[in-house]
Amino acid sequence: MSAVIIARHARTPAERFKDAAWVAFIALLLGIPMVGLTTVDEGGALAVHTRFGMLGAFVGASFVGRFIFRWIMDQVRSRRAAKPAVVKVDRTPQAIKVIGWAVLGASIALPIVFSENRYVIDTATTVLIYVMLGWGLNVVVGLAGLLDLGYVAFYAVGAYTYALLFSHFGWTFWEALPVAGAMAATFGILLGYPILRLRGDYLAIVTLGFGEIIRVILVNWTELSNGPNGIGSIPRPTLFGLPFDRNPAEGTQSFATFFGLDFSGMHRIIFLYYLILVLALLTNVFVSRLRKLPVGRAWEALREDEIACKAMGMNVTNVKLSAFAIGAMLGGFAGVFFAARQGFISPESFTFTESATILAIVVLGGMGSQLGVVLAALVLVLLPELGRNFSEYRMLMFGAAMVLIMVWKPGGLLASREPTIRLNKAVTAGGEA
Amino acid sequence: MSSATLLSVENLTMRFGGLTAIDDLSVSVPAGKITAIIGPNGAGKTTFFNCLTGFYKPTTGSVRLVHPKKGEMRLETLTGHRVARDAQVVRTFQNIRLFPKMTVLENLIVAQHNFLQEASRFSIAGIFRLPGYRKAEAEALKTAAHWLDRLGLTGIADVAAGDLPYGTQRRIEIARALCVDPVLLCLDEPAAGLNPRESAELNTLLLSLCREEGIAILLIEHDMSVVMNVSDHICVLNYGRKIAEGTPEEIRNDPQVIKAYLGEDDEETASGGIAA
Amino acid sequence: MAYALQQLINGLTLGAVYGLIAIGYTMVYGIIGMINFAHGDIFMVSAFIAVTAFTLLAAFDITSLPLAITAVLITAIFFTSAYGWAVERMAYRPLRGSTRLAPLISAIGMSIFLQNMVQLTQGARVKPIPPVLEGGIELWRTADFTVQVSWTQIMIVLVTIVLMVAFTWLITQTAFGRQQRACEQDSTMTALLGINVDRTISATFMLGAALAAVAGVMVTVYYGVVDFFIGFVAGIKAFTAAVLGGIGSLPGAMLGGLIIGLIEAFWAAYLSPEYKDVATFAILILVLMFRPSGLLGRPEVEKV
Ligand SMILES: Nc1ncnc2c1ncn2[C@@H]1O[C@H](COP(=O)(O)OP(=O)(O)OP(=O)(O)O)[C@@H](O)[C@H]1O
Ligand SMILES: [Mg+2]
Repeated sequence: MSAVIIARHARTPAERFKDAAWVAFIALLLGIPMVGLTTVDEGGALAVHTRFGMLGAFVGASFVGRFIFRWIMDQVRSRRAAKPAVVKVDRTPQAIKVIGWAVLGASIALPIVFSENRYVIDTATTVLIYVMLGWGLNVVVGLAGLLDLGYVAFYAVGAYTYALLFSHFGWTFWEALPVAGAMAATFGILLGYPILRLRGDYLAIVTLGFGEIIRVILVNWTELSNGPNGIGSIPRPTLFGLPFDRNPAEGTQSFATFFGLDFSGMHRIIFLYYLILVLALLTNVFVSRLRKLPVGRAWEALREDEIACKAMGMNVTNVKLSAFAIGAMLGGFAGVFFAARQGFISPESFTFTESATILAIVVLGGMGSQLGVVLAALVLVLLPELGRNFSEYRMLMFGAAMVLIMVWKPGGLLASREPTIRLNKAVTAGGEA
Repeated sequence: MSSATLLSVENLTMRFGGLTAIDDLSVSVPAGKITAIIGPNGAGKTTFFNCLTGFYKPTTGSVRLVHPKKGEMRLETLTGHRVARDAQVVRTFQNIRLFPKMTVLENLIVAQHNFLQEASRFSIAGIFRLPGYRKAEAEALKTAAHWLDRLGLTGIADVAAGDLPYGTQRRIEIARALCVDPVLLCLDEPAAGLNPRESAELNTLLLSLCREEGIAILLIEHDMSVVMNVSDHICVLNYGRKIAEGTPEEIRNDPQVIKAYLGEDDEETASGGIAA
Repeated sequence: MAYALQQLINGLTLGAVYGLIAIGYTMVYGIIGMINFAHGDIFMVSAFIAVTAFTLLAAFDITSLPLAITAVLITAIFFTSAYGWAVERMAYRPLRGSTRLAPLISAIGMSIFLQNMVQLTQGARVKPIPPVLEGGIELWRTADFTVQVSWTQIMIVLVTIVLMVAFTWLITQTAFGRQQRACEQDSTMTALLGINVDRTISATFMLGAALAAVAGVMVTVYYGVVDFFIGFVAGIKAFTAAVLGGIGSLPGAMLGGLIIGLIEAFWAAYLSPEYKDVATFAILILVLMFRPSGLLGRPEVEKV
């Protein structure tokens, strides 16, 4: 065991070898039952297959990987020790601002450039849904420091609220949007109220359970949700009452006829893209503003030190509840959009994997960072698109990345923080991004 | 300057399972003065603060505060944040508790949360930056700037609090507590970890807070150069009991106190077990 | 009446399994004050190891039941403990003294990783094994219902009892147990006394994993099928059991497990099988609302 302990003195090759051998041994132990052996269904009964080649490769890779990793880390450390520490001016905030505007510009221009490419715009829409969800969850996890493992439940509440309001009362997207947000927030408060007084870990497990329960209810309560079959033919949103239909009903206009355009299926796709872009940007502005208000500062203070907050006379339960409710509401909005875009929803879209993906976006993006969420959402959505292999290993990589990032940089990758207020106002003349 | 009683603690007892951390303690804290609580490690000083400020619920006993504006309040019935918010009894912590990633100024603004939150009208006035909220924010900024200046923190107002040296963090914590507008300021070992120069500055600060702003101070401190120089009144605890009380002069010569600090002949047995 | 008795038997069996898993949660919580979200998946890993081991034994024609079950138990305990150790070493130890949130996220990351690792290496499909232990004792026969205890159920309860006795002895009577309890109370002080806190924590994880491994083998024998998702639900239930019993309390975990097992069995039998998970969850919330310290736990005073 001692071989793994980080030594302060320069490591000799023999020590590095021993360390890597130890890691390889552990890899062998862990690998035998999972990599080396597997059971395969052969004519109705299981048979054990061996994969010793793969096991060998796994152990070998662990050995070599560890050896090289250690070696590089030692190099880095000795070089760092040799160099005197220089006080660096942190340029990250400016850089983030520049990249932020560039990304915004690119996302506005995207449908113009790819106006005929449905696949690109569809994928970009998916990215934006995750960005919006990420920004919503960021309020809870990144700002307030509360771990919500069932965020997808609020997404589901939003989606189903719209679907049900439509199928029972014929509500349109725009009518259902605020109600669904309020509904999700209410669920957030009902769930959060009893739990938020307690330690943070309880919230994590309760939200984990809640996410699962909502799914179980949606599957089983068929009178309400139509069970696993889901709810279909949910109407697409309109542009100020103009639908994107090929043949508008008698006496009404559609988007194409109103603007005198030839009908094209792309109009709706592009409209949906811009719609989610606007929703996401509104979310961003809303959250950025909140961050600079007493509630927002209270969220961050809470993440930093709950006891100190109490000593300042802050009602921590209310502060937590507000973060939880606002996060839930934003998730609900995203859910309404999701339902409207798909036209069909079923419990299958709201599994734990979905919650885990959103959480991974927030964590990888650097908790609290708005731009980080965008970049992480891009990576996480595009990666599986690259190929079947990537999509198979997607969740495996998310899991591993979450552990690695916490171990390496618990603040997240892009964790530079912009103060919400300055004494010396001149510095922030730039406004908010 | 009146020496009316601001806070009177009567028969306070706090038990943790079998351990009696505070044992039938009665103390009174005069308004506008500095009262020190001293005693050996583990005497129950911090526990006493925790009972006053709503962090622990005392097993028995009462804590009465005569608030200059709101009249009499029973602190032991107020839970959690209420003590700071309603009774304006504000504390600092022995092991500094700042909001490390937030700037010094933000720390001081967070301390004015209740005032600002009310002005932001459920954040609606805040989101749209209505004049009422803007005025409140300017006011909060002024309060913060005032205390930053008083504690010599103006130059580092926009630096993350966690990146600053220990002594500075202690001052930030006091500044932050002052932003809550306390009627009673409870300081838990504010001089711990300070160098002699810093602790001399602390003396001046405490005296001026008390004499000029009229804030009553309750002070836990091991550093006798601070305690003896600033306190009007000292209360000595040992094993959760009050063993002496009086002016610095009286305490200095009290045989009980000397015994508690220097130990008796049977030192081993005395420090080995906690008196029931 | 007969039907209820049968549910009682089923519930106790299930409860014993939950209790075994719950002990892992409670011990880890006691010693490092965090929820080990990956614990449910450790249990799942052990069930897969059990499936592989049973299949191997069948391939080698080892038919002696006690021998087979003992061999599988030992194998599962051995490899699962290695997993328990590795999880702690990789995902939690580097984060000691970090922020409150970091280890929780690391833990959930580990849980996701293990689940997908098993899915990728062992396949996403349900793995059935042939019945290991068949038959049972007929306790009571009425006109329309027969109350039965299967040999498997008897084995599960017996193994659990034996383990509990051994485990209580380990924690209360041995040097390791003393160190473990010392670390729970005050790890800094324990370190100052020259006790290797890291090693004690590692051992706690391994012990928790070993108990989960026993649970994994039992579940495999009992139900005859496993899949990569069983850790998730079993994890939440066992955690609920730990909270219900009072997190940090070892007898509490067992008691909580039994209660959850019984509630689940009766709920499924009399109310609605689809909503049995909802019932567990509702209990979790109710306990947290009205008695967060659980049945046997001590109320937690946050040290300031
Ligand atoms: N939450 C708690 N649970 C159990 N025991 C506690 C708790 N808080 C304090 N104690 C015990 O109460 C006693 C008094 O502790 P306290 O922290 O009040 O001492 P103190 O006088 O502040 O000491 P120091 O000068 O070292 O700060 C100690 O024995 C301590 O272990
Ligand atoms: Mg103290």
